[in-house]
Amino acid sequence: MLGEGIVKGLAETARNFLGSFVDEERLTTVEYPEERLPQAEAARNFPFLIYDGDDAEKGLRCVACQICEKECPPRCIHIEKSKDKKPDYVGKQQFYPAVFDIDVSVCMSCQICVEVCPFEAIRMDTQFELSTDDRFGGLLWTKAELAKTNEYYHSIHPTEAGETDARLDEEKAKVAAKAKPAEAEMQAKA
Amino acid sequence: MTQAPVQQLDQIFVMLKHWLVGYVPAAAQPVVSSLLSVVAILALFPALFAFTTVLERKGLGRMQNRYGPNRVGPFGLLQPLADGIKSLTKEDVVPRTADKAVHFMAPLLLVAASFLAYAVLPVGRNMAAVNLDAGVLYFFAVGAVAELAVFMAGWSSHNKYSLLGAMRAIAQMISYEVPLILSSLAVIMAAGSLSTVEIAGRQAGYSGIWPHWYVLTPWGLAGFLLFMIAATAETNRSPFDLPEGESEIIAGYYTEYSGFKFALFFLGEYLGMFAISGLGITLFLGGWSAPFSFLTWIPSWIWFFAKLLALIAVFIWMRGTLPRLRMDQLMNFAWKFMLPMALLVMVSAGVWRFLPHGVLRWIVCFVMIAVPYVLLGRGLLQGKKIGKRTYRFAE
Repeated sequence: MLGEGIVKGLAETARNFLGSFVDEERLTTVEYPEERLPQAEAARNFPFLIYDGDDAEKGLRCVACQICEKECPPRCIHIEKSKDKKPDYVGKQQFYPAVFDIDVSVCMSCQICVEVCPFEAIRMDTQFELSTDDRFGGLLWTKAELAKTNEYYHSIHPTEAGETDARLDEEKAKVAAKAKPAEAEMQAKA
Repeated sequence: MTQAPVQQLDQIFVMLKHWLVGYVPAAAQPVVSSLLSVVAILALFPALFAFTTVLERKGLGRMQNRYGPNRVGPFGLLQPLADGIKSLTKEDVVPRTADKAVHFMAPLLLVAASFLAYAVLPVGRNMAAVNLDAGVLYFFAVGAVAELAVFMAGWSSHNKYSLLGAMRAIAQMISYEVPLILSSLAVIMAAGSLSTVEIAGRQAGYSGIWPHWYVLTPWGLAGFLLFMIAATAETNRSPFDLPEGESEIIAGYYTEYSGFKFALFFLGEYLGMFAISGLGITLFLGGWSAPFSFLTWIPSWIWFFAKLLALIAVFIWMRGTLPRLRMDQLMNFAWKFMLPMALLVMVSAGVWRFLPHGVLRWIVCFVMIAVPYVLLGRGLLQGKKIGKRTYRFAE
């Protein structure tokens, strides 16, 4: 009969209307600033620099090779190489970035810098609330703001961080294994 | 003993007005009296509009399992304030090729026409701004000005979508005006008066606990449903919102309006909806009278606004449920279903008047409306496959 469908439809919307007051499960909205969904482990937004130990200056893994600066598609990374050198994680003398800036407003979160970095020094952060009322200085992040600990890396991407650490340990072991015969030779010579 | 304070509460606004008018010289009293009524209408109904917008958004949200606005103020109730400030601060863009004067006048005319309609609405006992002998006629005449405003907006914008929307609006509003007026004609016949105050007064009696509302007769119920359907179309509300069908013609006749003029269109549309709901209440739902004889102690104006809010809720419910019609479906529905049904309701009201009281006239009037309804429904649905839609190329 004419009008049957309308009555059915009205019943359906009435059920939804009343149900939304009774059954909290129906409401799929996550009221964002107060409520948050847990982020996926693979979430990524903006790169950061990893440092080992407690001192961001000393433990920074970056050796200022500038590969990421060249590879960055929107060219948001700016690096100035240091004049002196400091030992890296295996003890080899390396340059370090005197200046390392990334422009938040230009970065497109492509992760290419992470993929090209041979030193496991740059990784993607999950933090996404980066807005600021200072559109120039506030959006240009310097080395101090970018540097974060390896522990922080573990806390946001545990699996990936574990793999990275395993690779670094392997390399350290290789270097140590090479160094041992050399040391033995040196001692023998002496 | 208890009757006196109850009556006072019922007439509190009337007494307030008399008291205020008493302070001015006798020569100025009629003018001041009407001014006070106008101020009350100008203050109350836009406030109701503000409240309805937030109610509508929250209600629609709940129907779609969302919260709706809940950020501004407690439970989002101050949302209209934020919306108002937003629309005031927006740029008022007028197209270069638009007819500037008409473009400017259209929203003003729409709002003014919508306000004029409230003059004859009795919102409580002795609470109509004016008691015109031809109140219903006046209401429809003023309502027709809204159509003019809509076409002015569409034509002056110099935009194809505006014009399309305006043309749709005119076609729709004129088509649905016919069943709207015909269905109210049944009530005018039964009441024997065109005065809204008189019509509401006629329905204020009780048989036992039951009121003498016209909706409680077979022809009255059918007439009320037809009236409300036509009213939905008349106020361009979903599912008859073709004139502004945003998925087809952007925003129809107000595509080229922004800022506060856009808000005025919005206001005019809602005021039109309240006014026509108010007329529906006056004609069919007993105006300000209580639904049961033992509830008459509640002031009459509370009853009017309770009914108005209930009808607004139904409008929102309809909007949340039904998808927009197609233009041909809209026209078919108006001329092939609404018009014959409205004529039948009129005849049925006449039969009801001249048959003796009793079961017989209930049966006769019911059959007179129900059988054509079923047959017309079959005719409309004939040859139409209703059910799950099948696609030739998709899927």
